[in-house]
Amino acid sequence: MAHPPSGRVVVTGLGAVTPLGLSVEDTWQGIVAGRSGIDRITQIDPSPYTTQIAGEVKDFDATQWMDRKEARRVDRVIAFAVASAAQALKDSGLVFDEELRDETGVYIGSGVGGLWTMQEQTHNLYEKGANKVSPFYIPYMIPNMPGGMVSILNDLRGPNVAPVTACSTGANAIGDAYHVIKRGDATVMVAGGSEAAVNDLGIAGFCAARAMSQRNDEPQRASRPFDLARDGFVMGEGSGCLVLEDRDFALARGARIYGEVVGYGMSADATHITNPHPEGRGAAAAMRMALRNAGLTAEQVGYVNAHGTSTSVGDVHEVKALKAVMGEYATRVPVSSTKSMTGHTLGAAGAIEAIFCLLAMRDGVLPPTINVDDQDPECDIDCVPNVARKADLSVALSNSFGFGGHNVTLIMTK
Amino acid sequence: MSEDILNRVKKVTVEELGVKEDEVVPTASFTEDLGADSLDVVELVMAFEDEFSIDIPDDEVGEIKTVGDAVTYISKKAA
Repeated sequence: MAHPPSGRVVVTGLGAVTPLGLSVEDTWQGIVAGRSGIDRITQIDPSPYTTQIAGEVKDFDATQWMDRKEARRVDRVIAFAVASAAQALKDSGLVFDEELRDETGVYIGSGVGGLWTMQEQTHNLYEKGANKVSPFYIPYMIPNMPGGMVSILNDLRGPNVAPVTACSTGANAIGDAYHVIKRGDATVMVAGGSEAAVNDLGIAGFCAARAMSQRNDEPQRASRPFDLARDGFVMGEGSGCLVLEDRDFALARGARIYGEVVGYGMSADATHITNPHPEGRGAAAAMRMALRNAGLTAEQVGYVNAHGTSTSVGDVHEVKALKAVMGEYATRVPVSSTKSMTGHTLGAAGAIEAIFCLLAMRDGVLPPTINVDDQDPECDIDCVPNVARKADLSVALSNSFGFGGHNVTLIMTK
Repeated sequence: MSEDILNRVKKVTVEELGVKEDEVVPTASFTEDLGADSLDVVELVMAFEDEFSIDIPDDEVGEIKTVGDAVTYISKKAA
């Protein structure tokens, strides 16, 4: 290793493609303004489905990020990752030589992978025949290809893994990449998540699981975490990527530093395939682990970006977990759910929300939870209702919980 | 060489391989000159099958190395 590890990991670049914009700053402006990115679905005809709304990425042009041949045929989930990773790398100001290429890895995951590819090729198989399945079906469907493609297009040759933990994927990618740098196996990591599941298979599947809001006549008001009238999550799509870097290496090159990753906690509910543990046991364990390895107390956390998907049970369980970990402080610490604006971007959510935590610290602004008209008394927290709030902030915690009972907590400092 | 078939082969090749139309000349090799890898070739052959409503068996794909080969093969099949 040409660059000896300092054991500390900072964030030096951010990239995002979300329902609120095609860049980090456009997205963040939407968040601070309390704008919803949810609307009636346009990529498919949603009329057969009980849920007909989602947070779609609008006006995305893949040819901005790769050559025409690739852009035309890669799965949307790959194109999103390529775009957000390119933004993050540019934002970091990193200049690569051969040595640094060997020491730069990519951890980008996806909850479901190339669902458009799977849908199209399944159709080809049954409608056209066995020899009409594309040779690109497998490579574009497998959920590790977003990270594979980012490494190929940017010639990054370090460790490359795609975590797959449903809605915790993006957070696991960042936490695992943090560990790779911390232990000295890479100097720089591009880490994040990507998702593009707003198609027939994705919508039909989550409708069947009875997990999504059916407030089709009021799309912008459908994602309403912690509100009494919430009726399920709203699917979003997009990608978020962070450039993580060894702190000494970043300082030596005079990099602009957004913040430091200091805590990473993980646990499993070991309870049910989709339902969270009723007392939030696993969520609490993940938060405790992250605080412990960050060397922080609960009272030092100035902001929590909640998993907060707007499902009836999930939000309550997260509040129970917060109380189990933070005691009375849980009712005072600001806890917002930005999914009220982006929708739930599944495997990308943990990465997009880590970006919001870093920008909240940079700008001294707490993102709101929108659509809180009548707060659920069982969610008696300061959810930063409806309007962003100024706050001097130096420690932010982000929760992500996934089907399968995967719980992840990240803690970042300014 | 049929002009109509050549033009349609060009159109499909431009779309599948993302190359410029003036590169798609009869002597151009799909892999050597137009940058196709093994997966691209499979996809390209499938696109020819769709475009011309023909079936190209795997053991005959080897006959199609250049744009001109494709036109000759398709002319024979479609005849």
